[in-house]
Amino acid sequence: MTLKTILAAAALGAVAATATLAEEVKIGIAAEPYPPFASVDASGTWIGWEVEVIDAVCAAAALDCVLTPVAWDGIIPSLTGGQIDAIMASMSITEERMKTIGFSDAYYNTPTVIVGDKALDLDATPEGLKGKILGVQASTIHQAYAQQYFTDAAEIRIYQTQDEANQDLVAGRIDATQADSIAMADFVSTDAGGCCEIKGTVADDPAILGQGVGAGVRKGDDDLRASLNKGIAAILADGTHAAITSRYFKASIY
Amino acid sequence: MTGWRAFMQPHRLFLMALFGGLILWCALSLRWDWLPEYAPLALEGLWRTIWILVVTTVLGFALAVPLGLAQAVGPWYLSAPAKAFCTVIRGTPLLLQIWLLYYGLGSLFPQFPWIRGSELWPYLRQAWPYAVLALTLSYAGYEGEVMRGAFASVNKGQLEAARAFGMPRLTMFRRIWLPQAIRNVLPTLGGETILQLKATPLVATITVIEIYSVSSRVRSDTFIVYEPLLLLALVYMIIAGIIAFAFKKVEDRVPDRPRRG
Amino acid sequence: MESLLDTLGLSQSVQLLSLSPPGWGGNLLRGLANSLQIALGAFGFGLLIGLFGAYGKLYGGPILRDLLAIYTTVIRAVPELVLILILYYVGSDLINQASVAMGYGRVEISGVVAGIWVLGVVQGAYSTEVLRGAIQAIPPGQLEAARAFGMPPLMTLRRVTIPAMMSFATPGLANLWLIATKDTALLAIVGFSELTLETRQAAGSTRAYFTFFLAAGALYLIVTLFSGAIFARIEKWARRGQPSLKEGNR
Repeated sequence: MTLKTILAAAALGAVAATATLAEEVKIGIAAEPYPPFASVDASGTWIGWEVEVIDAVCAAAALDCVLTPVAWDGIIPSLTGGQIDAIMASMSITEERMKTIGFSDAYYNTPTVIVGDKALDLDATPEGLKGKILGVQASTIHQAYAQQYFTDAAEIRIYQTQDEANQDLVAGRIDATQADSIAMADFVSTDAGGCCEIKGTVADDPAILGQGVGAGVRKGDDDLRASLNKGIAAILADGTHAAITSRYFKASIY
Repeated sequence: MTGWRAFMQPHRLFLMALFGGLILWCALSLRWDWLPEYAPLALEGLWRTIWILVVTTVLGFALAVPLGLAQAVGPWYLSAPAKAFCTVIRGTPLLLQIWLLYYGLGSLFPQFPWIRGSELWPYLRQAWPYAVLALTLSYAGYEGEVMRGAFASVNKGQLEAARAFGMPRLTMFRRIWLPQAIRNVLPTLGGETILQLKATPLVATITVIEIYSVSSRVRSDTFIVYEPLLLLALVYMIIAGIIAFAFKKVEDRVPDRPRRG
Repeated sequence: MESLLDTLGLSQSVQLLSLSPPGWGGNLLRGLANSLQIALGAFGFGLLIGLFGAYGKLYGGPILRDLLAIYTTVIRAVPELVLILILYYVGSDLINQASVAMGYGRVEISGVVAGIWVLGVVQGAYSTEVLRGAIQAIPPGQLEAARAFGMPPLMTLRRVTIPAMMSFATPGLANLWLIATKDTALLAIVGFSELTLETRQAAGSTRAYFTFFLAAGALYLIVTLFSGAIFARIEKWARRGQPSLKEGNR
C-alpha cells in the first residue's frame, strides 16, 4: 500500500475527497508488543491484525497515516497533548475515556477472560479468585474492572504491559491475569503459555468494559473521526475486515 | 539572624510573591478533587518509598565498605572483581538492571520447578525483594567507588602510628580507618542519597507500589495528567530537602577534618 | 565452536542475537543508534544551557541568579523519570498551544526532538553546576590579563575562558555524558524506540528475557568504556602544558 496508490485511490474518489487528504495523520499504537494485534518483528516492522486494519482503514478513508508507537500508559495524554492524532491500539470505548477523548465506531469487540495456571482451581468470579494474585495491565479496562470487582477477593498487581503480566504468570509470580480473550487465546497456544488455560469469561459490565474497540481522537476533531468512521464502514462493507480477520483468527471478532 | 536579612532582598520578595501567586493559581484552577480519594493510597506509597530508600542506602553502604576496601588495598583477586562490579553497575542503566533481575530471573523459574517448592518462594513471588536487591547493588556500586577514594586518602601516618602501638588490625580498621574514611565521604553522602531517592520510582515498573506508581494510578483512573505529577515533584523535592538538611546537621556535628601536612 | 555453544546451551541465544532476521541483533543496534543520537543531542543542548546558566549564575543580576538557582535545585531534586513525564507532556502541549494561538496549527514534534529537549533540560542543570565550578577554578589573573589587553568579552570567552576551564570541566562533563547515555533508557517509559525499549520488545516477543537484557547491558557497557577512554584522551589534551594536578587538588 504505497503512497501513490493511496493518492490514486483518493483522486478517483475526488468527489468525496476532503481537505484532510494532504495532511499526515499520526496513528498512535502501543509501543509495547500486544500480539496478535500489534507487535514488532525481528526486522523492526510492525505486524499484526490491528496494524493491517489500520492500513486498510486509512486506505479506504484516503488518509495518509503514519504509525507512531507511544507508551500505552501515556497514550491518552499523548493524544490530547498532540504527539499523535488518533489512537488505534485495541482501546475499548468506555464512558470514563469518553469524558476525555472522542471515539470512532467500533472495529472489533471481544469478551474479557481470566487466564490462570492449569494446576490452580479458580474461575472468573470474585469467589473463584479469593486469595489469589491477579495481574492486569495499567490503564486498561481490565485494571478498572479488577479494581471494581476483585479488589476485596484477590491481590491485584498492575503491570505496564500485558506481556509482562503474561511473563509473571508463566514464572508463577501471579496466579491469574485478566485480559482480552483473543490476545489470551493467542498466548495460551504458545509454548510459554502452555502452563495456563482460559478459566472463564468475566461477568459483563458495559459501563467499565465498554462497547468494543474504537479509534480514539481528540474531542472536537470531528473531521478525522468522520473519516475514520467512513474507512471502518468501508472495510466492513467490502470484506477487507473479514479477509484480514480470517488470516489471523478462526471466527469473526467484530 | 543576619543570614535571614541578607536573604530578604526586595527582588526576592517579588519572586516569592510571584511564586506564591503561581501556587495559588495551581491550587485554585487545577483539579484537585481526586486528592481525598487517593490520599490513603498516596500515604502508603510515600511510606513504601521512604522504606525502600532507607533500607537500600543502609544495605548498599554496608556493601560499599568492603567494595571500597578491596579496591583500595585488597589483593588483585579481591580488587579486580570489586572493580568489575562497580564498572558494570555504573556503566549500565538502572532500569535495565531492575528488569534483568526481575523479568530475567523470573524467566528462569519455569525451568527449575523446585524453586516453587522452596521456602523462599513466597518472597521470590513478590516484587519488593528484587527492587531492594537492585537498588542496594546500585547504591553499593556507586558508593563503592567513592569509598575506594575515601579509604585511600586516609592519612598513612595515623595507620602507621596505630600499627607501631601494636593495635590489632581489626581494631585499627574499626577505630581509625573506617571513621576517617566515612568522614571523608560525608559531604558526598547526602548527594548520593538524593540520587538514590531519585532512582526509587524506577521500581514502579516491576509492580512495586510506591509514591510514583500511585500518581500513575491516579492518571490512569482519572485521566488527570499534570496535577498528580506536579504534586509528586513537590513531594520528592520535600524529601530531598529533608535529606540535604539532615546530612548538613550530621556534617556540622563532625569535627573538621585535620589539615593535611 | 558450535558444539561448545551447544553444550553451554548458548546456540539459541546466538541465533536470537544475530544481526539479520530472525535474529533481533539489528533491532538492538538500531535502538542503540537512537539512544546515542538522543544522548548526543541532549548532551550538546545541556552544554549550551549550562554555559549560559554558568555565566548567569556567576555574572548575572540577582533575579537571574535566583531563577537559575531554582532551576538547578528543582531539576536535581526531582527524579528524572518524573521530570521526563512532565517535560514530555507539558512541553509538547505548550508548543502546540502557542503555535495554535499564533495561527500556525499543530506542530509535529518528532520523538528524537522531544527526547533531546526533555533530557537536555535535565542535563542543563547539571552542566550549569559543572561549568560554573570550572570557570571559578580558572586563576582570576588570566581573565584579568585578557581584560587588561582590551579583549572583547566574547573573544575572552572563546580564547581564554573555554580553553582554560576545559581541564577542570572534563571529568564532570564525562560523568554527565555517561548519565546522558544511561538516562535515555528512561525514555523507554514514554515509548521511544531506543535501546531499552527495543530490548523489551525483543525480550517480550521471544520470551528470552535473560539473553536480551544481558546483551543490552553489554552494549551500554561498551559505550561507557569506550567513551571513558575518549574522555581520558580529551582530558589529557586539555591538560597539556599544565603542571600535573595529581597531588591533592581537592
